[in-house]
Amino acid sequence: MSAEPGKPGAMDAGRARGQRPARPVVELDHVTRILTDEPQPVTLVRDITLRVDEGEFMAITGPSGSGKSSLIYLIGLLDSPTSGRIILDGIDTSRADKARKERLRLTRIGFVFQFHFLLPEFTALENVLLPMRKLGALSDRAMLARGLDLLGQFGLSDAAAKKPHQLSGGERQRVAIARALANDPLLLVADEPTGNLDSKNSELVFSLFDRLAREAGKTVISVTHDPEMARMTHRQIRILDGALVADSG
Amino acid sequence: MAALAKIALAYVMGRKRQTLVSVLGVTMGVGFFIGIAAMMQGFQQFFIQKIIDVSPHVTIRDEYREAPRQPAAMGYRGAAIELRGIKPKDEPRGIRSARRIIDALSRRSDLAVGPTLTGQAFLRYGGKDTGVTLLGIDPAREARVSNLVNDLVEGKLSDLQSNPNGIIIGKGIAKKTGLKRGDYVSVVSSAGVILRMKVVGVFETGILALDDRQAYVRLKKNQVLQRRENVINQIRLRLADVEQAERVAREIEARYRYRTESWKETQKNVLSIFVIQNGVMYTSVGAIMLVAGFGIYNIISTVVNEKRHDIAILKSIGFSERDIRIIFLLQGLMAGVAGCLLGWALGRGIIEGLASVRLDIEQIIRTQGFILNRSFWNYAIAGALAIIAATVSAWLPARKAAAVDPVDIIRGAA
Repeated sequence: MSAEPGKPGAMDAGRARGQRPARPVVELDHVTRILTDEPQPVTLVRDITLRVDEGEFMAITGPSGSGKSSLIYLIGLLDSPTSGRIILDGIDTSRADKARKERLRLTRIGFVFQFHFLLPEFTALENVLLPMRKLGALSDRAMLARGLDLLGQFGLSDAAAKKPHQLSGGERQRVAIARALANDPLLLVADEPTGNLDSKNSELVFSLFDRLAREAGKTVISVTHDPEMARMTHRQIRILDGALVADSG
Repeated sequence: MAALAKIALAYVMGRKRQTLVSVLGVTMGVGFFIGIAAMMQGFQQFFIQKIIDVSPHVTIRDEYREAPRQPAAMGYRGAAIELRGIKPKDEPRGIRSARRIIDALSRRSDLAVGPTLTGQAFLRYGGKDTGVTLLGIDPAREARVSNLVNDLVEGKLSDLQSNPNGIIIGKGIAKKTGLKRGDYVSVVSSAGVILRMKVVGVFETGILALDDRQAYVRLKKNQVLQRRENVINQIRLRLADVEQAERVAREIEARYRYRTESWKETQKNVLSIFVIQNGVMYTSVGAIMLVAGFGIYNIISTVVNEKRHDIAILKSIGFSERDIRIIFLLQGLMAGVAGCLLGWALGRGIIEGLASVRLDIEQIIRTQGFILNRSFWNYAIAGALAIIAATVSAWLPARKAAAVDPVDIIRGAA
């Protein structure tokens, strides 16, 4: 079920990028996020400045409630900062409107969550095809080929026609990763992707991320509270009370 | 768009039974609308067509719309004068200088003129008196003024011409009195004149008010019966274009000052009942649609609540708020279209079912079954209503879905 490294496929698409000198994919410039609609304003992210380069595999660690997830939602453009700038692939997103952010999410960012969030009515393959269908850049045939290829790379060839409830937890999470990669994004963001998985599957997911970063040149940023997992990454940052307190890079 | 339709369809199929229930709501609305509208419009159109056929399009009567003004008021216009106790002059009833009006109107090519004297009379036959409205007509002109020629079930209109003492009676009168063609009957007018007349024809219009009440004699005969020699109290007109009735009536009234009614005014009691009938029909069908709309609203709201995770993930993938809204609007649209199609089938079924019913209706009109209007428009209107209702009902939940904040959902799930 594991995929051999170096297999030709979608994961290689970014390899050429990886060989060039490092360029920033995500830049945070004094980013702060405050929830104001609460009775008392809550500061989720406190003045974080950070740069993550192409091909980096970085872990965001910290105790629960420290603001790790809030930070990853900001990086993934699901949320907007109260102040500061987030620059994605050279584009200042603080000036981007909603439609532009949606477009960026569709084309440059892939999301993986703790829960697989697969659409239960659709097969694994259909789930992987969703972002491609939304983008509409490929022909139906090309989408199908790419979807099957992605599933194949994650050892899910047999799962293509299965519905999510027919898959194991590890398989579902890998389908979700394949879906996140469907439009060949630059950046893969993951929020506790192994939170619901056993150690074997967790390792599998992180080694997949590692490969994506090394071989395909993807930038992978993953929130994890598991030090085991964090050690598999190239760089770890630690968040405490919304502030960046340690950065191994 | 294809992706959105796929998702919408999957959501619909994911709740087949509930969707079916809401679809059936729409089906009922559309089906019954078509069925009821066919029945009511069929009846109404039949009735109106009959009215247009049997009665004159425009009638000039020997009366004025307003009471005559006092001579003093005419002499001093705008002055505050009132003389009490003045009796208006007793004018002989009837249209004055009717001949002149008839001649003038006869020269027009857009209408046919039928001078008439109407009056009340009894038919005395077999010891029984039957009240009738007697129309004194000119048989030659009548053929062009009303549809009497075609409504005759026995005899011919020309028999009235050749038989000066002839009378044509309605089918209902014939049935009530037992009179048949060729029988003699005593006609007693309200003026006290009695004539012995021969039944030369029987007509049936299908409208009971006429068939049970009306009889035709020659104009001269009625003038004798009513003791009103040379008097004409109605001029009945038939127009080449019935749509012009209103305009022609106003024009003639303005010119001759006699009260002139179009068929719409003459029949306004019945027509106003139609308006109420239609109001009741549209209200009840509207209520069914409303309930169907609630059904759709309900199912889509349920799906929206159930699919919040899906909505969050779709948004994180890059689907826009508009995309999400479209997904749920499409869902409503699918229910609406499915309900509409099924409703068309149901409506068609109801119409065919009604059409196969054979029964004698003798209320206002007389037919052997339901008269149905199979107009394409009822299908179109019902379909449009269904689709609008479905889309509007889907709009609120769709908006709610579009407003889902993925961060809230994902945070809540973690």
